Amino acid sequence: MDNIMITLPLLILFLPLVSFIILIFFGKKLPRQGDWVAVGSIVATFFFAIYLFIQMILEYDPGFSHGASFSWIDLDAFKIDLGILVDNVTVVMLLIVTLVSSCTHIFSLKYMEGDIRYSRYFAYLGLFTFSMNGIVLADNLISMYMSWELVGVSSYLLIGHWFEKDSAADASKKAFLTNRVGDIGFFIGIMLLYSAVGSFAFGPIFDSIASGDAITGLTLTLAGLGIFMGAVGKSSQFPLHIWLPDAMEGPTPVSALMHAATMVAAGVYMAVRLFPIFTPDALLVIAYTGGITAILAALIAITQNDIKKVLAYSTVSQLGYMILAVGTGVYTAAFFHLLTHAMFKANLFYCSGSVIHSMHHALHKVHDEKTDPQDMRNMGGFKEKMPVTYWSMLISTLAIAGVPLFSGFLSKDAILAGTLAFAQHHPQHFLLPLFGFGAAAITAFYMFRLIFMTFHGKPSMKDTFKDIHESPKEMTGPIVLLGTLSFFIFYTLPYFNPISDHGWFTDLVVPQTSAVPGSMTANEIREHAHHAHYLAMGLSIGVAAIGILLAVLMYVKNVISPKKLSDRFGFLYDWSLNKFYFDENYNRFLYQPFLKLSETVSWLDWELYDKYFINGFGRITSLLSRLSGKFDYDGIDQGLVDGLGRISGVAGQNLRKIQTGRLQNYLLYVVAGILVIIIIQAF
Amino acid sequence: MHSLDSYLFISAMLFCLGVFGVMTRRNAIAVLMGVELILNAANINFVAFSKFNGMNLDGHIFGLFVIVLAAAEAAVALAIIINIYNNLNSINVDDAAELRQ
Repeated sequence: MDNIMITLPLLILFLPLVSFIILIFFGKKLPRQGDWVAVGSIVATFFFAIYLFIQMILEYDPGFSHGASFSWIDLDAFKIDLGILVDNVTVVMLLIVTLVSSCTHIFSLKYMEGDIRYSRYFAYLGLFTFSMNGIVLADNLISMYMSWELVGVSSYLLIGHWFEKDSAADASKKAFLTNRVGDIGFFIGIMLLYSAVGSFAFGPIFDSIASGDAITGLTLTLAGLGIFMGAVGKSSQFPLHIWLPDAMEGPTPVSALMHAATMVAAGVYMAVRLFPIFTPDALLVIAYTGGITAILAALIAITQNDIKKVLAYSTVSQLGYMILAVGTGVYTAAFFHLLTHAMFKANLFYCSGSVIHSMHHALHKVHDEKTDPQDMRNMGGFKEKMPVTYWSMLISTLAIAGVPLFSGFLSKDAILAGTLAFAQHHPQHFLLPLFGFGAAAITAFYMFRLIFMTFHGKPSMKDTFKDIHESPKEMTGPIVLLGTLSFFIFYTLPYFNPISDHGWFTDLVVPQTSAVPGSMTANEIREHAHHAHYLAMGLSIGVAAIGILLAVLMYVKNVISPKKLSDRFGFLYDWSLNKFYFDENYNRFLYQPFLKLSETVSWLDWELYDKYFINGFGRITSLLSRLSGKFDYDGIDQGLVDGLGRISGVAGQNLRKIQTGRLQNYLLYVVAGILVIIIIQAF
Repeated sequence: MHSLDSYLFISAMLFCLGVFGVMTRRNAIAVLMGVELILNAANINFVAFSKFNGMNLDGHIFGLFVIVLAAAEAAVALAIIINIYNNLNSINVDDAAELRQ
């Protein structure tokens, strides 16, 4: 029993890697370019994850936990153990990752059909899933960080899948580099913790922080913030949120995988996992980061016309929610939202993929290459043509808008209750619930704007409309599955109360008290949130209703003209449409000065250092060597060496004269020589 | 006259005659004969020293070796001389001076 709880997660971890290795080396030689390898392995991991999940439900124990580790490096003073940790959070997360990954694989079978790098695409999907599972299963910071970077690499490869397009290549670079900024913080945080605690594993770190003598106060806050920076990058929080919308350049199934359930969720997952190390100060920063992200991204999403961009900013906003929840202490609510969000957001992405796919084919038929198939202004009235996509997307939209009976309501409500409770006890932070509820209202509004613009009203392009059709089974399958999973019932079992988040999730994923001495206990936080629950619920239903009503008025009934509104609030509209000019400002205040600095440095380096210093050295050396060459040649070679030769020559010239060739002469010399020796001897 | 000196005197005479012969004669055979005289002068010395200093047989053995050596040397030298004669049609040692500078 204990064994299988270790071997199955290991299989889940490594099967996608095996698939990656097979596909990257033999993909093109296999029949169907080997897509069945990838799909087979990922579906197998999905079934393993279901098995684990069933085991977890059967045990129904909040303390459910298994682990295994081995010594990776052991140098006495420096020891790293790598291992896996399987508890309730891990199992739920594994289920999310493998489910959405399986759906992505199946969806891609049709969506990517005929792609030039079909097998490589599936190989990268395997690598990505492997890395993500690595983060989920890690029981220590080092292997988490390794997987973290692997996720960065594989997301780079996937976003840049169509690298012939400049925009895709740029987007992949941007995603990679922006993530790098966060990862530096992550690494610094890890090193701060390690230097204080002497271990990378979660357990010893928590224990050591709880004991209060290894690392406290400002250092711990800094370590926490450093680690949180990793989450800021990966979960695309303000101010590093700029990469996610651009990353929509990747294939749509990839967007669904990365930007709904896995990569961006990694940051939240990490924050949830490491919640016990965050000090109250760090949590406050986290809460504000999340709050600002939530409201900012929601405001941007209002005016976007690209269907995927709307979803991208909605993802950023929802991630902001989760981070906000971590910051206010209700981190299990954050994880709950991660779970429900993964389902409905993945579904929204698949639905948008289905719409784009259909648009693409319709446009292709009339040989229209200029029209953007992702622009919602070119859509409208698709409801009749694509019923499955429509209904599924509507359900997920209701879920994200926070309408009762749907999953999003439960999790969003838990977050908002936590935020409200936090503000009730810390009135100076009244902005946090405002961010939360404001973002909730705006989310409801722009999501319904998306639905209305795409599926309702009159078709805006008559000539392509007749070719719009429902997508094939490989694509509608995941859509139906994930759409179904957006109902509340799957999260509240074994209870059936649609307005309370009480269910298997809250029973099994129980918040732990932070390890930082002096923090609020988990019970206190839960108590506070519980008191705020009904108020938060009323408010959240209210703001969702306002948002939906506004969308209906503007885009269905046409009572309020969006155009007039945008004209009246021109500059606000422009701000939102241009994403608050983040990219432009980063360009102006970060990249350009940096480039200028680089240019200056390179000028210094080349013009001054290289040309004068290095080349000067060279010139001096060459002068010296010429001198020494002259000395060597003229002095030593010509004088000494050749001189010796010449002396020998002259001596030889003269001595050869005694070689007369007469035997007797030689004998005479010998005798004379002997006589001389004898005479010398005699004296 | 049975003293060491007389033997040494004879030997020195013989040696000088040999050297004189080697240095003055132009005939290669005569030069060879001079060399024989020198060797035999040495032989007389060996035997004389052997006789007057403890009477062991070392000197006699040495003398025999020298005689054998002289025979071998004469054989090689005569072969060389025949070759010189074949090539130069002369056995005058001054004619065999090809290697002089």
